[in-house]
Amino acid sequence: MPDFCGIALAHPVINASGTYDAIAARKVFGDALLEEFPFSAFVSKTITPEPRIGNAPQRIWETPAGMINSIGLPNKGLEGFLEQDLPQLAELPVPLIVSVMATGRAEFAKLVEAVAGRDEVAGIELNVSCPNVHSGLIVGEQPTETEALLETLRPLTEKPLIVKLTPNVANPEAVALAAEEGGADAVSLINTLKASAIDPGTGAPALAAGHGGLSGPAVRPVALHQLRTVRAAVELPLIGMGGVSSGADAAEFLVAGATLVAVGTESFRDPQAGARIAKELETGVYGARSGVAALDLE
Amino acid sequence: MSAPFGRRLCEVAANKTSGGYRIFSLLDREGPAPDPGQFYMLASERSWGEGGGRPYLPRAISVAETAPAKAGLRLDFLVEGVGPGTDRLCELKPGEGVWVAGPLGNSFSTPKEVNPDAAGAILVGGGIGIAPMAIWRRHLVERGIPLRVLLGFRNQEHSGGLNELFCAGDTLCPDVRLATEDGHTGHQGYVTDLLATMLAGDDATSAVVYSCGPPAMLEAVRALCAENDVACELALESPMACGFGACFGCAVPKPDGGYMRLCVDGPVVRGDAIAEVAHA
Repeated sequence: MPDFCGIALAHPVINASGTYDAIAARKVFGDALLEEFPFSAFVSKTITPEPRIGNAPQRIWETPAGMINSIGLPNKGLEGFLEQDLPQLAELPVPLIVSVMATGRAEFAKLVEAVAGRDEVAGIELNVSCPNVHSGLIVGEQPTETEALLETLRPLTEKPLIVKLTPNVANPEAVALAAEEGGADAVSLINTLKASAIDPGTGAPALAAGHGGLSGPAVRPVALHQLRTVRAAVELPLIGMGGVSSGADAAEFLVAGATLVAVGTESFRDPQAGARIAKELETGVYGARSGVAALDLE
Repeated sequence: MSAPFGRRLCEVAANKTSGGYRIFSLLDREGPAPDPGQFYMLASERSWGEGGGRPYLPRAISVAETAPAKAGLRLDFLVEGVGPGTDRLCELKPGEGVWVAGPLGNSFSTPKEVNPDAAGAILVGGGIGIAPMAIWRRHLVERGIPLRVLLGFRNQEHSGGLNELFCAGDTLCPDVRLATEDGHTGHQGYVTDLLATMLAGDDATSAVVYSCGPPAMLEAVRALCAENDVACELALESPMACGFGACFGCAVPKPDGGYMRLCVDGPVVRGDAIAEVAHA
């Protein structure tokens, strides 16, 4: 059983923020979702201080072995989340990590205080890397900004603070190091890679926002490299993600030094992908083939 | 009734050409019977995503018809190859596997559920959008609800499904009227011409209109119904990665601002629940 920042988890596979709406999925699939919950911890979609409706369509675009999205963080805002969503997420059979994002340190602090104060919340992920919202890019791109943000937030809670890194920088390890210096408990990576597509039918950008973030198997080698780079720079536990679709993929990240692996886009193709990947890791079917059969997940 | 959690492998029972389209059938041993208007996320077991190409994401396809089958339910889908995903679905061979999630989304409401004074239904299908009209037509007929069906196609090349979905024997069902833009059969013009004429008649004001088709047609249907004060339900389409509320890709604007997720709030929406049907 992996221990992640003092939280005991049944297996090392969780979801990437913003890729699984457990409340909607429960309406679609019923309580079978709870009985066979695919992840060992659940990371919420990012919440912001005020409600957001998200970006205009078109929001997604299929690419070779992946997709580009520009969803724009639609959410009910802090108040709506606490009143409407949190009670439902608390019914999930796994620890809850809430992803938060704000445009400034004071707003970030307000979110962290409010969320960390709830017993239902086991940890908080700081979204400093979302490429769709201008402010997120700035903090996550600058080591000094990241360290200053952590220094503001660290005194507010003893619960784990996870910094989600953007891959859209030359030196992600510098930002990871800054997060560590500032008092973060863990680092998760990667968020999506900045990407564009042209609609061949119109000759115009395929996404209404003009650009978005690339995810899926196409980004996995990039993600794995960044994880190895960050692993070499910091002592913190890491959550690795980026195109993980199988146990063999997940094993790559674990071998490279991740404590947990997050699944995102693959859940769109297979709503039970998290459980399947955890099982593939456990049985080592793929691991044996790829030479990581001896991987000790205990 | 909830969809079974996750995706399941279903066997292709048949796949044949129907005009310019293909109709393929899957044998579903697990799922509940879908309600008319619902859809499935489909991806072939092989040659879908592996090898680093497209198609990668499953495709959302409305169910056209169902029938009891040995040890399960036969699900029929009408498709036209317009990209890597639908091209692959068109090529399905009997015996191969298809990953299926669903039935997903909401379904059509009966005329009286939409309007207690409604006496009948007018179904308007365009192109590949005739598919959900077929299963809905059968359900309405079984309930004894009076209906008219208006179906439109661009031309002979872009048409199909009539023999399998709207015929009794070799003859088009008597409640079905056709319109084609090239005039190769039926009224020459838009299917919405037929709807406009029908809505101008006295008896049409007590009908509810149900429609599925290309966005420009749906917008014309929505506007015609609004002008004539007739309620309508539209089965919309949107880019969709997951079908179960996870990806937030299928945003459709609401009239009062904000967006709905078509996969969980649709695909069937009331005409007055959306601002307009976006179309190029």
